[in-house]
Amino acid sequence: MSNTDFVLAVEDLTVSFDGFKAIDNLTLYLDRGELRVIIGPNGAGKTTLLDLICGKTRATGGSIKFKNEEMLGKPEYRIVRAGIGRKFQTPSIYENLPVFKNLEVSFPHGRGVFGALAFKCTQEVNDRVQAVAGEIGLAGKLDWEAGLLSHGEKQWLEIGMLLMQDPELLMLDEPIAGMSARERELTAELLQRICQNRSVIVIEHDMEFVKRIAHKVTVMHQGKVLAEGPMDKVQSDPRVIDVYLGH
Amino acid sequence: MNNAFLTWFRTRGLFSWLALAVVLLVLFPLLLDSFRLGLVGKYMTYGFVAIGLVMLWGYGGVLSLGQGVFFGLGGYAMAMFLKLEASDPESTKIQSTPGIPDFMDWNQLTALPAWWEPFQYLPVALLGVIVVPTLLAFVIGYALFKRRVGGVYFAIITQAIALILTVLIIGQQGYTGGVNGITDLKTLLGWDIRTDSAKLVLYYVCAILLLLAILGCGWIQRSKLGTLLLAMRDKEDRVRFSGYDVAMFKTFVFCLSAMLAGIGGALFTLQVGFMSPSFVGIVPSIEMVIFAAVGGRMSLVGAVFGALLVNFGKTYFSESFPDLWLFLMAALFIGVVLAFPNGLAGLIDSHIKPWLARWRTAKAAAPMAPADPAPPPVPAAAAQPPEPSLPAHLAQEKT
Ligand SMILES: Nc1ncnc2c1ncn2[C@@H]1O[C@H](COP(=O)(O)OP(=O)(O)O)[C@@H](O)[C@H]1O
Ligand SMILES: [Mg+2]
Repeated sequence: MSNTDFVLAVEDLTVSFDGFKAIDNLTLYLDRGELRVIIGPNGAGKTTLLDLICGKTRATGGSIKFKNEEMLGKPEYRIVRAGIGRKFQTPSIYENLPVFKNLEVSFPHGRGVFGALAFKCTQEVNDRVQAVAGEIGLAGKLDWEAGLLSHGEKQWLEIGMLLMQDPELLMLDEPIAGMSARERELTAELLQRICQNRSVIVIEHDMEFVKRIAHKVTVMHQGKVLAEGPMDKVQSDPRVIDVYLGH
Repeated sequence: MNNAFLTWFRTRGLFSWLALAVVLLVLFPLLLDSFRLGLVGKYMTYGFVAIGLVMLWGYGGVLSLGQGVFFGLGGYAMAMFLKLEASDPESTKIQSTPGIPDFMDWNQLTALPAWWEPFQYLPVALLGVIVVPTLLAFVIGYALFKRRVGGVYFAIITQAIALILTVLIIGQQGYTGGVNGITDLKTLLGWDIRTDSAKLVLYYVCAILLLLAILGCGWIQRSKLGTLLLAMRDKEDRVRFSGYDVAMFKTFVFCLSAMLAGIGGALFTLQVGFMSPSFVGIVPSIEMVIFAAVGGRMSLVGAVFGALLVNFGKTYFSESFPDLWLFLMAALFIGVVLAFPNGLAGLIDSHIKPWLARWRTAKAAAPMAPADPAPPPVPAAAAQPPEPSLPAHLAQEKT
């Protein structure tokens, strides 16, 4: 397919590790403003799919178009600068830096070597850090060393670092893993707020959580899309029940 | 002095810088005879390498075991100029080819090699001191970091380059002076660099440049680039997937460390009066890492003290017990890395500074409660052991 209205068009994507196809001819389209949840049993290839989209892993074949621009083969930092942000499965923050610095350093200005040397924390940057910190509920902990945050707060901080970049497509790998019920609640609200003006892909296991946030659900199994659609429809699909929900 | 100024001063680590400045510019010249002062001048040139390693290794998390290469290149660029000045036709008239360096004549060269020609001009030589090491570091850094070569592999490759350069210099005797190096350097634009007064001037030039270099590196540490280096050391992938070209940042600090080493090498040549491959190879390169490790690889001022201390030790022990020195230095290195990963500066941060802070608050509280003999409660900030891996300007922001 050539030009589309989709923000992300993944077509016939394949990657094989020594002959094992972790992603096998996968096709997936994402609308602007959509919040898509990808579910599937462990080892289905969900994380690998995100790795391919953000350039961490090189695909064996297929195409990944972001706003009709081919992303395959681009270096990681170019994919990020095109507008794709990605949160890792284990919280990935700068533990030794204060929360403020974690956010500040993620602000998308001064990204070159000399730009970074000349970068100043202006009022604009400061305001943005404050706004994002408020959004993720860490406004009172800006001067904390990030390593001292709780597990859930670390997950939020990483989401906040992505929000600093204001990406058009946000990909979150198991953002509520290890969170308390209350934290899950807050995260669901956060996700609903932040998908107002961007597209979001979330990988998640918790079915209650998925039901709450998903616009549409994609079920993956052995590197392929097994089913796709609204949560209730997917949930009653016999193939899905068989491989995933049934046991 | 008001409080805001003091805070400004402290967050920039300027107290330790000021202490270093007083030691180098006032104390040493007052206390040491000209021979010992000359030694300090020589050791200070290693201080340039050590602060380069603080930036590269401490901040960037990239260990280079080949800094001698850049020290040597800077030193040789300077030595080539001085050698050409010392080889005017008048003073070399007994050679078969007058007007070329003596070692070329001994090796049956009959004309100055073309690549030596530009080095008869001081501006070219000075440019060479800076550009040659930086350019080589750029080529090595770009090639390796773009391919994601790092850690042990990077260290081994830089070590191999140090070996290759030594072999090259020793092998190409006619062009480089071989194993003896470039010796008998006499004057700089007619100014005799061997006199005591010239040595004193060079000592001050070296000290001032070193102090300026520390300020420059401190500025880089506090810039966003400095924060990014710390972030990369912690979670490289997070930096990469935040839109930064990680390889370019590593290449930049590698170039910076090479440039500083080159400047140190040139000042070494000027003060010591010769340059030889014994300052280029594997052993000197490892020694340079030890300077930074002993002083503290997160502290610019600490690393300079490390370079001075280890070299004093080396001079003392290798005079008295020459065989023991290598073992002692190895033991020192292992001891420091295992027991005090942040070196002397780390020790000061974790022991002296909390004590000082307690003393300061005790003094400040005294006038308010003159009758109370009990010591005032220790504020939380002073009682908490400071996080050693967090640089001062960031630690300050925490409180
Ligand atoms: N770099 C790699 N090399 C080899 N196999 C890999 C690599 N990355 C992932 N895999 C394999 O691909 C499969 C999918 O893994 P992953 O995407 O992490 O699954 P999920 O996130 O859905 O649990 C697993 O069987 C995993 O072992
Ligand atoms: Mg996964």
